[in-house]
Amino acid sequence: MSSDASVWQRAREPGAAKLSARVVVRAALVLAAAALLVALPLLVDDYVLSAILVPLLALSLAGIGQNLVTGYAGQLFVGAAAFMSVGAFAAYDVHLYLPSTPLLATFAAGGLVAAATGALFGLPSLRIRGFYLVVSTLAAQFFVEWLFTKVGWFSGNSSSGVITAPPLRIAGVSFSSPGGHYWLSLLIVAPLTLAAHNLVRGRIGRGWMAVRDMETAAAVVGVPVRASKLLAFAIGSFYCGVAGALWAFAYLGTVEPHGFDLDRSFQILFIVILGGLGSVAGTFLGAAFIVLFPIALDQAVAAVAGRSVDPGLLQNLEKVLFGALVILLLAKQPAGLARLVEIAWIRARRFAARYAPRSRS
Amino acid sequence: MLRSRVFALAPWLIAALCTSSCRSHSDSAPTEGPASAAAAGSAAPGANDPGGKEQYFPLQSYRVGPYAAGGSGFFGGFIDYMQLVNTRDGGVNGIKLTWSECETEYVVERGVECYERLKGGLNGAPAAAMNPLSVGIAYALIDRATTDKIPLITINHGRTDSTDGRVFPYVFPLSLNPYSEISAIVNYVGQREGGLDHLKGKKIAVLYHGSPYGKETQPIVELLAKKYGFASTHIEVPHPGTEQESQWLQIKKLAPDYIILRGWGIMNPVALKTAAKIGYPVDHIIGNIWSNSEEDVIPAGAAATGYIAITTHPSGRDFPVLQDVDKYVVSQGKGNMEDAKRVGTGYYNLGINNGILNVEAVRVAQGKFGAKPLTGEQVRWGFEHIHIDDARLKELGAVGLLQPISLSCADHEGGGAVRFERWDGKKFNVISDWIKADRALLRPIIEESSTKYAAEKRITIRDCDGEAKL
Repeated sequence: MSSDASVWQRAREPGAAKLSARVVVRAALVLAAAALLVALPLLVDDYVLSAILVPLLALSLAGIGQNLVTGYAGQLFVGAAAFMSVGAFAAYDVHLYLPSTPLLATFAAGGLVAAATGALFGLPSLRIRGFYLVVSTLAAQFFVEWLFTKVGWFSGNSSSGVITAPPLRIAGVSFSSPGGHYWLSLLIVAPLTLAAHNLVRGRIGRGWMAVRDMETAAAVVGVPVRASKLLAFAIGSFYCGVAGALWAFAYLGTVEPHGFDLDRSFQILFIVILGGLGSVAGTFLGAAFIVLFPIALDQAVAAVAGRSVDPGLLQNLEKVLFGALVILLLAKQPAGLARLVEIAWIRARRFAARYAPRSRS
Repeated sequence: MLRSRVFALAPWLIAALCTSSCRSHSDSAPTEGPASAAAAGSAAPGANDPGGKEQYFPLQSYRVGPYAAGGSGFFGGFIDYMQLVNTRDGGVNGIKLTWSECETEYVVERGVECYERLKGGLNGAPAAAMNPLSVGIAYALIDRATTDKIPLITINHGRTDSTDGRVFPYVFPLSLNPYSEISAIVNYVGQREGGLDHLKGKKIAVLYHGSPYGKETQPIVELLAKKYGFASTHIEVPHPGTEQESQWLQIKKLAPDYIILRGWGIMNPVALKTAAKIGYPVDHIIGNIWSNSEEDVIPAGAAATGYIAITTHPSGRDFPVLQDVDKYVVSQGKGNMEDAKRVGTGYYNLGINNGILNVEAVRVAQGKFGAKPLTGEQVRWGFEHIHIDDARLKELGAVGLLQPISLSCADHEGGGAVRFERWDGKKFNVISDWIKADRALLRPIIEESSTKYAAEKRITIRDCDGEAKL
């Protein structure tokens, strides 16, 4: 596949006018998408913004973190929620004990502390792999939950162990409305997503994939295996940490240690597996599936059954239905939603190519 | 290679774990969202009349998950009471009540999603108040409800310092906040020992649920321990609490004179059973306000006989309001409870009490703003002017079921008294009159905490005296 840069180069060559038209269309599409994302708060209501889009962005970011480690570097781990919670509590503590820190810096601090913790808990990956690594990374999950529950200092000694988000202001601009929460999330998630996208196509990302596909071969061709693995854990945890801070500050406005329990870790792992291991775009698809689908399903079931059926029974039925759909999806397309969309795209293009008038050979 | 292994295992992994872990976001939300508004008409009388004659109660209920017993009982009672008001009285001054449910499973972000979905009202009927019945969800809603001006009711639970309505204008830990609860229990234990001065040198352990709710009372226990000279120990049981061997071994070693059981859901019967196993006398375990339902003791069998717990809502069906519920709602086949035998049990009667207080707030607010559907802000005024004395309790048919209660701008709790009841193996028997918490002692601690919160969140403290004059 030709990258943007080479397309540009070719566009500058004489006689490449057709290609430059393609580039313009592409750039226009990207700009339109970006404009749409930024203008969303003017188009949708508060419910969509603060109950769907903000958690969707935060979970997608955590999913990217998990995907860097598991999908790209091939290190199986369960415990993304632990690093989210480290990020959330670290950001909160920075705000609490160093109150003059600007908001974006507290997010960065949350991410950095999570990165350090991630590298630490990634150490076992130097020796063990596969499902043994899963078990050893679970330690992070339980240790972190225990630590934040036990040591009151992390939650500012609040009696209930719950942290309360600070007022969200950047350079005097308040982000406390539902639209503000969304813009703040977008402001953080969009650049980090771009960074991840570039990272995995660069030297570091290719190193990770080499390690994933065959460690011995990677070492032979000169990829620093150990450093690659630790770097994957550190960067992946950084993403999870920032996502955790977003979750706590922009979404819930509060958080307790158990809000980032094992369930959340599995949820993030499933986002990655459903979306597509080794695909940044797939992570967003996976997160959308996990967040939106149950809500849509619920509304559909409620519309059909209404109050005629016992609500408890209905809830359990929805669980069964969701589980069955997940199994069906993975049985049909084990490579996840990203691959599903890719195939659909290819088919659409073939279809278009067959029936559209041929403009160039 | 590894990648293909992951892919091969993925469906299995998901299938095995989804039941427990996908639930955070991954299933169902409301039993009735906006999409199903039409369906509401069948059960909510008059719901299909959008002519602005209804008051809406959004219900963030939970009927599945580990705390389903509490959720289904509480919301069943609440709904049946609203149904009673509609059927018997034709609504509140002619304004019918309507409601819809949204399943939270006691999970915080589900609760937030439900809140956002329901807060706008139903078919034009404005939302009166939110009742999430979950400390975690309530914490996450404080800012949102305050911004949206919708009262957030946390009956018998919630953030203790939200009692201070000057800092938390829209949050109501109605009838009993966590500090009052502990204070009343300590007063009772003192009574049993022959006076509060006899507490000196005693050991009291608190076995608490590992959640914000469970941890909420630690400071007050320590303060009272210092005041009365008893030794306090806090022992955490991680959620959900199905395994407590190590905690009870610790208790065996410690040999406390009393244990305050600050449990929730499945944790309670397990605690009682494990206590019997290590031989701890059950009548020295005092259950708190969320450890007092039939669902907490029946599964423990004989181990629970003699267990004492506090209550603000004694079990039973003899109260006139319960008889009315039976006459107008349950026996008419309009009852919400799937198992009609649960009518009159602890959680159900708490739901009734909650219904009485919510409806009373609407009634009081209508007295000021007129008999029409009210906004959350107006209903807030109603809550702050609830004044239920013995005469009013008699009219409501709730003497002995609900304590006399008066709220104000500064006091969002209003009650602060509990009764004690003993489980005889078949039912709870009330063994005391209303025992009051030492609220004068608690108020300065509450204000200290709320002022700190106000400073942290840059909240301007309300001028309650000034508002009263308006």
